[in-house]
Amino acid sequence: MSNDEFAQHISRQFNDELEEVRSHLLTMGGMVEKQVADAVSSLVNADSALALDVLTIEKKINSMELAIDEECTRVIALRQPAASDLRLLVVATKANIDLERMGDEASKIAKMAIKLSEDGVLPKGYIEVRHIGAHVCTMLHDALDAFARFDADLALQVVHEDRAVDMEYESAMRQLVTFMMEDPRYITRVLNVLWSLRALERIGDHARNIAEHVIYLVKGRDVRHLPLDEL
Amino acid sequence: MTSKISILSTSIPIKKLPQHPNELPADEICMETKDFNLFYGEKQALHNVNMSIAKKKVTAFIGPSGCGKSTLLRSFNRMNDLVDSCHTQGQILFEKNDIFHRGVDVTDLRRRVGMVFQKPNPFPKTIYENVAYGLRIQGIRKKRIIDERVEWALKGAALWDEVKDRLNENALGMSGGQQQRLVIARTIAVEPEVLLLDEPCSALDPISTLKVEELINDLKERYTIVIVTHNMQQAARVSDYTAFMYLGDMVEYSDTDTIFTNPGKKQTEDYITGRYG
Repeated sequence: MSNDEFAQHISRQFNDELEEVRSHLLTMGGMVEKQVADAVSSLVNADSALALDVLTIEKKINSMELAIDEECTRVIALRQPAASDLRLLVVATKANIDLERMGDEASKIAKMAIKLSEDGVLPKGYIEVRHIGAHVCTMLHDALDAFARFDADLALQVVHEDRAVDMEYESAMRQLVTFMMEDPRYITRVLNVLWSLRALERIGDHARNIAEHVIYLVKGRDVRHLPLDEL
Repeated sequence: MTSKISILSTSIPIKKLPQHPNELPADEICMETKDFNLFYGEKQALHNVNMSIAKKKVTAFIGPSGCGKSTLLRSFNRMNDLVDSCHTQGQILFEKNDIFHRGVDVTDLRRRVGMVFQKPNPFPKTIYENVAYGLRIQGIRKKRIIDERVEWALKGAALWDEVKDRLNENALGMSGGQQQRLVIARTIAVEPEVLLLDEPCSALDPISTLKVEELINDLKERYTIVIVTHNMQQAARVSDYTAFMYLGDMVEYSDTDTIFTNPGKKQTEDYITGRYG
């Protein structure tokens, strides 16, 4: 299956409608990608102005979610799509939800960033935030890229990457817990960093979900909840 | 606590895909074609068709006009014998016996494998006589038996409630949807084993179409049904198995869910999604 196959319907209108769903989803994906990167950067640089931007974009993303859902429902009702067309629309509705949730998680990080910047800089845990942040940003980027290019191999790679992010998250958590035990004065602040890490880990899970949807779109095989070695 | 347990024990079973129709065990197969070729004069209309029709299931044939689906359907009760230039190679087995064998009684075959056509074709007789016709031909004379069978067939075709008070009116005065269901009643009155439906809904409005589809769903408990349709959503709705045909070839034959969500062949995909083939 390739990109231009969705432009080969006898009905040109149908081509346009599917293309619109696709491109709107990718636009939304681009916005979420920037939102996540900005949220991470606002936290590690204690930049509350940037964090406020992240919260503003969140509203736009919510309205895009509604618009894409409506488009998908409309196309399904009017065209009764089958096979790959149907899979595209089903995947679009699901990926839509994942993207919106990522937006929510990014907003959580931005809120933490505002709180932390008010409390002054605390260097503990920021390296981990930056590192895991960069990792999930790449995952999200690759998942969207895989969707844009119908690339199941790249999507599979993203699914595997999620495992690495989970491990990084666990090890960061252990370090921060040890730090809190050593110096209980910082518990509140370190907890805020931990919540942010947790949000990043969730963003990684959503990126993995999108990648799994892409595999379903391309191969027609539902790989959710399968152990990694069976993929 | 009880409610918690009942929630925990509730589960939605994940639907297992049915077995591929060509790999069914012998006792679940009703009809089977083996290297079946059909020619109209010089022109070959069907190429090496190998397929099994599952017993008491609905099998749909889809494909563009002229792909051979009606020809194949008509072969199942040797309706093509009526075309002079038509000849066949290979076998069609019905209950393991070749229907082209010399000793086969074609009239009996057509009673056991009944057919309903695209346009409703009731006889210009009363509603009652339309259904009783086949029974009389079978030599049944007792009015009580005929009465019972007519009522049974009309009920089976979901038509009884609409016509029970006007059985002696002319069938041609019924609506198109009613006429089509009457024809189905006429077909099932002689208790066939297989029902062949050649685009049974193409001349009907959406409500009548839904009634016939509902009827097909009820009938499959008793009969094996093979349906040709141009309406792909209809094939998706009513059938258990779907065969996609193109230029006389059986391109893909599988369970309906697979054909409509994840077909194996690009030609099938292009056809059901409305792409240039």
